[in-house]
Amino acid sequence: MDPLVIDIAVLVLAGFVGFAVISKVPNTLHTPLMSGTNAIHGIVVLGGLLLMADSSGFLEKLLLVIAVAFGTINVIGGFLVTDRMLGMFKAKDPPKAEDTEAEGDAK
Amino acid sequence: MSVAGTIFLQSVDFIDAAYILAFAFMIYGMSGLTGPRTAVRGNQIAAVGMAIAVVATLLRKGEFNGSGTVILIIVGLAIGTAVGIPAARNVKMTAMPQMVALFNGVGGGAVALIAWVEYRHHFGGGWPLRSETFELFGAIVGSISFWGSNIAFGKLQEILPGRPIKLAGQSMINLVLLAICVVSAVVLAAGVHSQALFILGILVAAGALGNMLVLPIGGADMPVVISLLNAFTGLSAAATGLALSNPVMIVAGMIVGASGTILTNLMAKAMNRSVPAIIAGGFGGAVAAPAGPAGEAGGTVRSTSPQDVAIQLSYARQVVIAPGYGLAVAQAQHAVRELERALEAKGVTVKYAIHPVAGRMPGHMNVLLAEADVPYDLLREMDDINPEFGRTDVTLVIGANDVTNPAAKNEPGSPIYGMPILEVDKSAAVIVLKRSMASGFAGIDNPLFYDPKTSMLFGDAKASVSEITAEVQAL
Repeated sequence: MDPLVIDIAVLVLAGFVGFAVISKVPNTLHTPLMSGTNAIHGIVVLGGLLLMADSSGFLEKLLLVIAVAFGTINVIGGFLVTDRMLGMFKAKDPPKAEDTEAEGDAK
Repeated sequence: MSVAGTIFLQSVDFIDAAYILAFAFMIYGMSGLTGPRTAVRGNQIAAVGMAIAVVATLLRKGEFNGSGTVILIIVGLAIGTAVGIPAARNVKMTAMPQMVALFNGVGGGAVALIAWVEYRHHFGGGWPLRSETFELFGAIVGSISFWGSNIAFGKLQEILPGRPIKLAGQSMINLVLLAICVVSAVVLAAGVHSQALFILGILVAAGALGNMLVLPIGGADMPVVISLLNAFTGLSAAATGLALSNPVMIVAGMIVGASGTILTNLMAKAMNRSVPAIIAGGFGGAVAAPAGPAGEAGGTVRSTSPQDVAIQLSYARQVVIAPGYGLAVAQAQHAVRELERALEAKGVTVKYAIHPVAGRMPGHMNVLLAEADVPYDLLREMDDINPEFGRTDVTLVIGANDVTNPAAKNEPGSPIYGMPILEVDKSAAVIVLKRSMASGFAGIDNPLFYDPKTSMLFGDAKASVSEITAEVQAL
């Protein structure tokens, strides 16, 4: 099969996965979710890494270093910030742990 | 053996397998984000997936051929880490929307830069049309996302005015800019080789379009815009993946594109706005308000004292707290939690009413209250709490404005007419804690303040709440 067809098939399926996974997220978690998905599109950093080996000339190298730095900020910053936010949901009064769990299931 | 091992690790099959593992981790991690208990681990699993993808890419044969390449990669990763970690560690929870906008923007910028390098690389031909098409798409959308996010950051950080900035013929200018992008892309894809056309026609025109799209959007709509730009960056990352035929980029980018689209719609729905109407801009300015109640605006405001508020609250059966962004700005979450405890000690039922867009992003208020250890089960979403206001003795509105504005229900002329609100005006009494009579983020007057049932307590929210708590405890 034409590789493009396979790639597009992957694209379409990934779109459905995205819809399916995300439509279940409660309102409460929308902000961490936005920030978590934000970190995931930092995957563009791979593009910078892939092109680096074949690049030539100062401008191309400079652009790629910036691109890799941007992508890394996106990935690392995104995951860390999400972790910090979610940590606040988790760090509840330890004695009430059971209540919190019951609530989590009910939602 | 070690040679064979190296060959195996560098083989396309191994790297492809690692990529598949990587996106499986990301999808599994994201599905963990759907529940408060699994979310932390979900995020970590997604991060592991990302790490696998990066390491697998670095293993590729030829990546370490020139030592220059290694140094450049290390420099890029080091700069990104050095900027990203402190930014993420030190940002205040109230400033989260800006931070997300900024992280989103750099992602879009990376896409645009990668497309630029790809273009230079294949300058003069030899670029398959399909790759070129996807890269051109990525360059346009990435540029829009980069500049748009920067403007969104500027507005939320209040470097730029939150009010809409509108030029005459704005939509015409936007259409022209979009046309320039599309025509340039078509001409380039048709085989014209011109660096200048790529830079001016694609990167600059799309960048200008990103600026023009976000500048006219009022502060109140900003969360929706960030979410939309998040989806844009995801799509542009997927396009880059298609151009480079890299499965993990396609999957990760597309998932973000899809989820960002859903989120954008959910948020727009919560504000009863359509996404196209938001993009068309012009909401939330003082200019939009004249249709408002000129008569009522002149009404009298009753102000009250912390002592009176404490008495009112202590003798109530049920108190609902409606927090808004003002609470977060004043860092009053912990003070509010103290007040809640003091009231509960007196046998008062306390609930929190959370509007979907309270704060500046959906769920932002939940994060801020979670930071102050407010139990999750006291937080009520709008649809659950609205029927309860009739049975509520006192509603305490802390730093919230637009989400409690009854004009959204009663005045068809109001710019926020139709937006679902917390129906605080149905409770027996309303106490509004506010710094001053300044209007909310959307810049619209609030008739709630002139309601005879409403009393206002002016001052810093944190100080006011602490005073009330002290009075309640003293009673």
